[in-house]
Amino acid sequence: MSENILEVKDLCTSFFTDSGEVKAVNGVSFNLSPGKILGIVGESGSGKSVTAYSIMQILADTGKVVSGEILYRGENILNYDKRQLKDFRGKKCSIIFQDPMTSLNPVYTVGNQLMEGIMLHTDRNKEQARERAKEMLELVGVNEPARRLKQYPFELSGGMRQRVMIAMALACEPDILIADEPTTALDVTIQAQILELMKELQKKLGMAIIMVTHDLGVIADMCDEIIVMYGGRVCERGTAEDIFYRPGHEYTKGLLRSIPQEDTNDRLVPIAGTPINLLNMPKGCAFCSRCDAAMKICLEEKPPEMQMPDGHYASCWMNVKKQYEENEGGAGNE
Amino acid sequence: MSNDNGYLVEVKDLKEHFPVRTGFFEKTMLKAVDGVSFQIKPGETLGLVGESGCGKTTVGRTLLHLYKPTGGQILFEGEEVTENNINEYRKKMQMVFQDPYSSLNPRMIVEDIIGEPLDVHKLYSSKGERREKILGLMETVGLNAEHATRYAHEFSGGQRQRIGIARALAVNPKFIVCDEPVSALDVSIQAQVINMFEDLQKKLGMAYLFIAHDLLIVKHISDRIAVMYLGRIVEIGDADEVYHSPKHPYTVSLLSAVPIPDPKTAKERQRIILSGDVPSPMNLPSGCAFRTRCPYATEKCAAECPSLTDRGDGHMVACWNK
Repeated sequence: MSENILEVKDLCTSFFTDSGEVKAVNGVSFNLSPGKILGIVGESGSGKSVTAYSIMQILADTGKVVSGEILYRGENILNYDKRQLKDFRGKKCSIIFQDPMTSLNPVYTVGNQLMEGIMLHTDRNKEQARERAKEMLELVGVNEPARRLKQYPFELSGGMRQRVMIAMALACEPDILIADEPTTALDVTIQAQILELMKELQKKLGMAIIMVTHDLGVIADMCDEIIVMYGGRVCERGTAEDIFYRPGHEYTKGLLRSIPQEDTNDRLVPIAGTPINLLNMPKGCAFCSRCDAAMKICLEEKPPEMQMPDGHYASCWMNVKKQYEENEGGAGNE
Repeated sequence: MSNDNGYLVEVKDLKEHFPVRTGFFEKTMLKAVDGVSFQIKPGETLGLVGESGCGKTTVGRTLLHLYKPTGGQILFEGEEVTENNINEYRKKMQMVFQDPYSSLNPRMIVEDIIGEPLDVHKLYSSKGERREKILGLMETVGLNAEHATRYAHEFSGGQRQRIGIARALAVNPKFIVCDEPVSALDVSIQAQVINMFEDLQKKLGMAYLFIAHDLLIVKHISDRIAVMYLGRIVEIGDADEVYHSPKHPYTVSLLSAVPIPDPKTAKERQRIILSGDVPSPMNLPSGCAFRTRCPYATEKCAAECPSLTDRGDGHMVACWNK
């Protein structure tokens, strides 16, 4: 139990909208060990951000965790009261958002916003908090930290703002940092700066990172372990090497085929169809309507999570079929 | 068709400066594009890459006179495109926009969105012919005929981009400016749209100016690549050549910053991290605009701006040191 800093068990989060219940996250489980970088990858609507928001308990009013458990060091945070949650957010687990332009408050100075969190979660006084804020800005590579503390977010560039966000998130030394598409709004060269910074800070401070992104390149670069999500469910989870070199789910395979490669200009193989409508989920596998290899059972029944020969997990009926065929000595079963 | 050099589009020293109010009476010129020249052959794809604010979108828009150029020349098939004859040329040059959500009129049905260029240029003689053409275009881009009477909001992002492409194809253009056409789409849909661009080019023989910031995609689709930094082209050449053996220090660092979807190469390779941010285009550094972030910068770079010089096989680089 104590090995993992965070355990998510069968998490289901729904949004109750006018057009019905939207099951944004539908039975997601994973573990996060201390000091590791876990990547959650998926397309828009796959439930990756909602998973992150569920952990932080910052869902919109219409959203609710319907079932499942989120265990932080063995304690279910879903049972936390308001005070405990306040303590959890920021101090034990913090989040940085995609858009550094809109996630900072435009009418307060950077220093003000940085110090707010520090004063809330630690017993530092204003002067000490200012010192700490300055220290944090230095740590994340913001030049002239003393001057920056007095500046407003609009006076900073996008990369600088994201650095301020990271400083804010790490000011109280959380065990877990959730990064929700932290570099999507940034240019490639700035993205590289921020990713390097995050890796460096992770080594220095030793927190675990959950990296939520749609960019397979960022995932490959940063993460030790990867979860691939589609339609609110986990398709596959394993190490970066497992996912990229030995994908065990048809969706992951399709995703990897559909991105251009460095060394060839061969025609891309796209995934047919359009992303899933969460209001109208199929009975079986979420991906079955776009899957080339879909069988009868894929339409009817949710695929079970199965351990692959190399130890990683995938939820695809193809693997069940393959295993069955191997056991039967190659006899067909369809 | 009196062009002797065989270029479809030729851009010579294109400049686009925007006045920006910086004080009560003051105006500063924002040099979005500052002396850009390139050529595109018929049926060729030129990829244009660079970070935000480098002027790549402005180049595309100025080519179609969506902005009036401050200086320079745009030649189409050897003849100059000016404000007076642009309407004629919009039958030959079209544009696909980045955001498929805001570039389609929400009050128009698909049939009218695609039909609008036909109406503007009076490319049909009867209502029946118009409808036939529209349905043909929809088929070309992989849309169902029964979708013709729907509104844009009823479609997904990928399908909307198809509508935008059908609209651009309506006048049978020889040249399309594609301004980040796949950036707003999901990974699995990007490949569909890129393949469609390639198929259409094979079938209809159009030339593309493909503007994007995703270097892997640009390398994939382009014959040649031009790299822009702060309003100027710093390197241009064959796509594989530029991607695999870049010369300009900016291109080198840009490429090393691209996330590679392969854990082994991603973890092994050395990144060249550029320090600092892009300078403001309203207050450009003297000489070479890249010198403030360049590891090789010398005094000469501050004094004089390098121009593009050929390093063999049409691989042009603007740098004093490399």
